Amino acid sequence: MLRYVAKRLLLLVPVLIGLSILVFAYVRALPGGPAIALLGERATQESVEAINRELGLDQPIFVQYLRYAGNLIQGDFGSSVLSRRPVVEELLERFPATVELGFAAILFAVLAGIPLGFVAAKRYQGVLDNTSLVASLIGISFPVFFLALIMKYIFAVRLGWLPSIGRLDITRSLEHPTNFYLLDAIIAGDGAAFVDVVAHLLMPAIALGTIPLAIIARITRAATLDVLSEDYVRTARAKGLTTAVIDRRHILKNSLLPVVTVIGLQTGLLLTGAILTETVFAWPGVGTWMLNAINNRDYAVLQGGIVFFAFLVVVVNLLVDISYAFLNPRIRYQ
Amino acid sequence: MPLLEVRDLAVRFSTRGKTVYAVNGISFDLDPGDTLGIVGESGCGKSVSSLAMLGILPPAGRVSGGQVTFDGEDLLTLPDERLRHIRGNDIAMVFQDPMTSLNPVLTVGRQLTEALRTHLDMDKKEAAAEAGSLLDRVGIPDARQRLRDYPHQFSGGMRQRVGIAMAISCQPKVLIADEPTTALDVTIQAQILELLRTLVREEGMALILVTHDLGVVAGVCARTHVMYAGRFVETAPTAELFANPKHPYTVGLLKSVPRLDAVRKQRLDPIGGAPRDQTSEPTACAFAPRCAYATSESWEQLPVLRELDGATGAAAHRVACWNPVPERDLVAAGIRRPPAEGQSSAGLGEERPA
Ligand SMILES: Nc1ncnc2c1ncn2[C@@H]1O[C@H](COP(=O)(O)OP(=O)(O)O)[C@@H](O)[C@H]1O
Ligand code: SF4
Ligand SMILES: [Mg+2]
Repeated sequence: MLRYVAKRLLLLVPVLIGLSILVFAYVRALPGGPAIALLGERATQESVEAINRELGLDQPIFVQYLRYAGNLIQGDFGSSVLSRRPVVEELLERFPATVELGFAAILFAVLAGIPLGFVAAKRYQGVLDNTSLVASLIGISFPVFFLALIMKYIFAVRLGWLPSIGRLDITRSLEHPTNFYLLDAIIAGDGAAFVDVVAHLLMPAIALGTIPLAIIARITRAATLDVLSEDYVRTARAKGLTTAVIDRRHILKNSLLPVVTVIGLQTGLLLTGAILTETVFAWPGVGTWMLNAINNRDYAVLQGGIVFFAFLVVVVNLLVDISYAFLNPRIRYQ
Repeated sequence: MPLLEVRDLAVRFSTRGKTVYAVNGISFDLDPGDTLGIVGESGCGKSVSSLAMLGILPPAGRVSGGQVTFDGEDLLTLPDERLRHIRGNDIAMVFQDPMTSLNPVLTVGRQLTEALRTHLDMDKKEAAAEAGSLLDRVGIPDARQRLRDYPHQFSGGMRQRVGIAMAISCQPKVLIADEPTTALDVTIQAQILELLRTLVREEGMALILVTHDLGVVAGVCARTHVMYAGRFVETAPTAELFANPKHPYTVGLLKSVPRLDAVRKQRLDPIGGAPRDQTSEPTACAFAPRCAYATSESWEQLPVLRELDGATGAAAHRVACWNPVPERDLVAAGIRRPPAEGQSSAGLGEERPA
């Protein structure tokens, strides 16, 4: 198992190199450039060229890449054109916000989606099954940002139940040793802050988790229906086990196998959703950071952000593969 | 009172507005230690009958009539919780396909111990020890080490041994083996049958052996029921059935089984035609479309099991047919010797009353 993990992590190196080239070329293919973004549309030719020279953008593109790659090897992602701060520094500040949000969203999707799909399958074509089918179709086809806006309007603006933006009430002071605010609140032993962090997390996480929830529920349902007619479930019944044991031990454990794979795939998609959700809720994460970078043609930030997302996707899929092997003994010994 | 008494058991399936009459009134008794064979083509309702007795029919199926009395209780009306205590504990089942009947994500040990822990209230350690000795009993080498293995680490024959170990784990009074050898190689088949025979003898369990292969019941079951389209069409002591089959369908089955003791070299002769599509309740002989002996009576009236020869009790031979196969045709088919050669039967060597 350890060798497998090491191999997968090693495979990450060529993936990231290839990706860095693609991203490098891609961000430079965007119209405009950092100089225009900084100086505005009416900047003079000379001032634009001066900034391009300063940023090294006057060099041939492969020279630019080699310089970038050389820095990358030393862990230097460059600096933001706008803030002049190192990309790594900003990333470290912001990624906990995105990871916390993404984790909460997936947790919500899994905790609600799996039971929902399972019960729907057990009551195949019953009222609950049909209702959840309609609900998940709506859930899947609803644009994330639209849902986020509606939720914000209802629960923050109209009802005032939940805070509408940010990660923490601005009047509250909390040390941020980790930048994972939930952890920070626990470390500080501040219960009220913890509740406040959860309240801020609730809407973005639900908005972001809705599509994965719908998909996980559908996959769980389909997988459970398959498993229900398996011979080994009949064997379990013939043994006289209780329904609870048959459900948990014999059915669910098998029907989770495809679900785990889907959770991995959803995490990749979740990151695009995170950009939109973070924007609606002014969530200070990697998503809003990258959106700003796109607007400002902040090449270094964009490159850093995309590579970080790619890294995250690979790591999550690795975790998924490991837990899959854990759940499925048939591939454990390969 | 017999241990298990089945009366007029009927099962129907409803799918997409269509009704399938899978089992149409079967009856039999089983005493402790009895060995009973149920034989018929695929689709005739053998598995469904077994599942119905245990109350584990698939969702589309339901028992539409009859009683199944076990130890004085009607299983069909028993509350599910009570029935659950009988399943796996008093009546256990071995299934056809050992490749799919074991849970792929649970260790064999886990699957063996769960019935023990549920029904016999064993703790983890006792159950594990018992599981080890069960695997040992069914002939799995290194039994104790193999408890931690998963089903895919066993061969088909070994998996079926695991399935048998699971079924006998709570020392059931009745063991239902549903085509336990069908999915296995011929040599493995013989071993598994031998194992079943030994276990049944040693444990004093009653056995219901379900199969499509008359050859399988020959050495194992004292009595055999021949099933066609959800009904029993002939029932007799197994040796008698082989020597003196009366129903045209039984004769057809015998002609399609290779027999070492055949009187003359015979051609294997599968029964022509397709089984009855069971989308209506039978009102005539279901075999009529495939039967060379069919008469207008066959097409108009449902034949019921009637006793032959006056033999009763354990020796009773019953057949549901308006025109039982005459002796000369049995001779022509190579099932019986011509009468001139004496009365000794060509079947399993049992003497038939003259
Ligand atoms: N799940 C099901 N849904 C609908 N019909 C079924 C189902 N299972 C069995 N049947 C019907 O019941 C009949 C008997 O099936 P079965 O008992 O499995 O036959 P076999 O004698 O081969 O064991 C078949 O004709 C089949 O069409
Ligand atoms: S009743 Fe008629 S059709 Fe049916 S088996 Fe007997 S002879 Fe054949
Ligand atoms: Mg069957």
